[in-house]
Amino acid sequence: MASNRPKVEDLHLVNLTKSFDDFKAVDNLSLTIPAGSFFALLGPSGCGKTTTLRMVAGLDEPTSGQIKLGPDDITNLPPYKRWVNTVFQSYALFPHLTIYENVAFGLRRQKAENIDDQVKAMLELVELTTQAQKKPQQLSGGQQQRVALARALINEPDVLLLDEPLGALDLKLRRQMQLELKRIQTEVGITFVHVTHDQEEAMTMADTIAVMNEGKIEQLGSPVQIYEHPKTVFVANFLGQTNLFEGTVAGIEGDELVVKVKDTTFYVPLATTDIRSGRIILGVRPEKVKIVDQGKTGLPKNQINGSIKLTAFVGVSTQYEVITNWGQEISAFEQNVDPTDLGRPGQAVTLAWEPRHSFVLNPDDDLSAGLDTSWDE
Amino acid sequence: MSIAQESIITKPTRRRIKRTPYLLILPGIGWLFLFFIFPLSTLFATSLQKPAGISPDDGFLPAFKVSNYSSALVEYYPQFFRGFLYSGIATVICLLLAYPIAYYMAFRARKYRNLMLVLIVAPFFASFLLRTNAWKTILSGDGIVVGFLNSFNLLPQDRILNTSLAVVAGLTYNFLPFMILPLYTSLEKIDPRLIEAAGDLYSPPSQRFWKVVWPLSIPGVISGTLLTFIPASGDYINAELLGSIKDKMIGNVIQSQFIDLRDYPTASALSFTFMAIILVMIYLYIRRAGTDDLV
Repeated sequence: MASNRPKVEDLHLVNLTKSFDDFKAVDNLSLTIPAGSFFALLGPSGCGKTTTLRMVAGLDEPTSGQIKLGPDDITNLPPYKRWVNTVFQSYALFPHLTIYENVAFGLRRQKAENIDDQVKAMLELVELTTQAQKKPQQLSGGQQQRVALARALINEPDVLLLDEPLGALDLKLRRQMQLELKRIQTEVGITFVHVTHDQEEAMTMADTIAVMNEGKIEQLGSPVQIYEHPKTVFVANFLGQTNLFEGTVAGIEGDELVVKVKDTTFYVPLATTDIRSGRIILGVRPEKVKIVDQGKTGLPKNQINGSIKLTAFVGVSTQYEVITNWGQEISAFEQNVDPTDLGRPGQAVTLAWEPRHSFVLNPDDDLSAGLDTSWDE
Repeated sequence: MSIAQESIITKPTRRRIKRTPYLLILPGIGWLFLFFIFPLSTLFATSLQKPAGISPDDGFLPAFKVSNYSSALVEYYPQFFRGFLYSGIATVICLLLAYPIAYYMAFRARKYRNLMLVLIVAPFFASFLLRTNAWKTILSGDGIVVGFLNSFNLLPQDRILNTSLAVVAGLTYNFLPFMILPLYTSLEKIDPRLIEAAGDLYSPPSQRFWKVVWPLSIPGVISGTLLTFIPASGDYINAELLGSIKDKMIGNVIQSQFIDLRDYPTASALSFTFMAIILVMIYLYIRRAGTDDLV
């Protein structure tokens, strides 16, 4: 089948734009997805991630821009001539065909040889050998998902596109399939481009994440980079929880920037930002924040006093809402190493974290960006 | 609530639930018996009667004259054959005309879909007879169709009316909606994403149709062809109004046997033979098309 084709190629999106009337779903997007990577396009619904995917698949035509697979321009190629396959959100399995024939579909259209061997091997990979002669509607959601995956993978495309592939599964099955997908991707070495609105799913599977918002890429990087050092308020809020402070730069002490927020002083490593004066937004993740009784010593350098508003024991951690003396709510997650000593509402506490755990965001961003986005489509 | 109490309450309820469906279908069964089973048995009895005298006015006597069947078949097999031939051709043309229309309505028409549906159903507001008579005017020698075709020398017989062509055209016209509607219903149920998926899996447009759309529309094709073929093969209006004496179908024979000649046993025997042939044909057709999910 695909053996006479050259090696898997990088996917390049060049100034890609898609407009519907006067709405720009995808706005001048440029991106290179390296061959063999597991790449996630992450964003809220309506951010243009699915439109981007459909343009790569050839199902939507770009208004302008180019899509290239290695050196070849595939922008105007119809879907059936592209070495790209899609796992659809709804699976789109053919209801009139057996599982076996669904998986064989792509190979039959290409008039491939040894179809039987390949289909059997693929059914083995997704552990559906015993279901081969059933119709899709006789299978469970998770099984249908694996058929959709097998049906696309068997063609050994240069790029496999996954459109919210786990969206219809329940939480437990989704977790299991996340690891399964990761395993299969490592095994076959095909480039996976995965579209999702679930930040946890993106972080679990992808080596690189592009966070999209309003048709543009907000930030691109590894899951750790993006989570630990978000560049915009949108990214900070969209990937997990975050505490944000608006303040002003008060000066430089050694290799740290001094930031005043109300009557409190915070420190940030100079290396994390180019900003040296004026307004600033400072952020810290709740799990970096230590919560202790007031008056303790030997704490990290950044400190705020406040009182506990809410204590929630969630098993792996205890989550606190603390109110500062200027009325801002701050979250802090404490690992449950010794859960007998939970803070009580009203208790006066000190919150503290290391300067290196802070990140600095663009002061012009809207502080609520990425907060009110719907997580379920 | 104790267990004893519970059983007292639930037992009669359950029995009532069991009985309810039967009570509910009783009126329907009664109706079918009165207006279907009973007349059909009478008709069957009539088909075996023998004449009491020379004239139909003398009446008929109960008998077991099976030769009614053989003689009717021997005499009228050309009309049987012609009936099935004309309606068969009309059904095929209907399918060829209806499929693109139904396809367009299901996948492309968007906001015009409802308008198209109304237009397809609209002719039913005029009577069947009236519409067929209108075709007489349209196809007549001084009508526009003949005039237009004649100006290009496309008509070898110089006429359309009173030819087999007119009968088939009339049947096609009259039964087209019965083909379009079931086709549309089954095409409309097809998820357009399946067509996208086929394209994604290396199918050019023609394969997308033959490997995905066509097989999924088979239930519509079957119900459409049956809804067209069965009534068309028994139709006599089109042959009567648009055809010549040489274009008579089996419907015309049965009609004239009943109404004009008043030979009730022959007419009944023809009706039963016709029904039997249709049943066998449908059985073979559905077996062949092999659909578990016709409904």
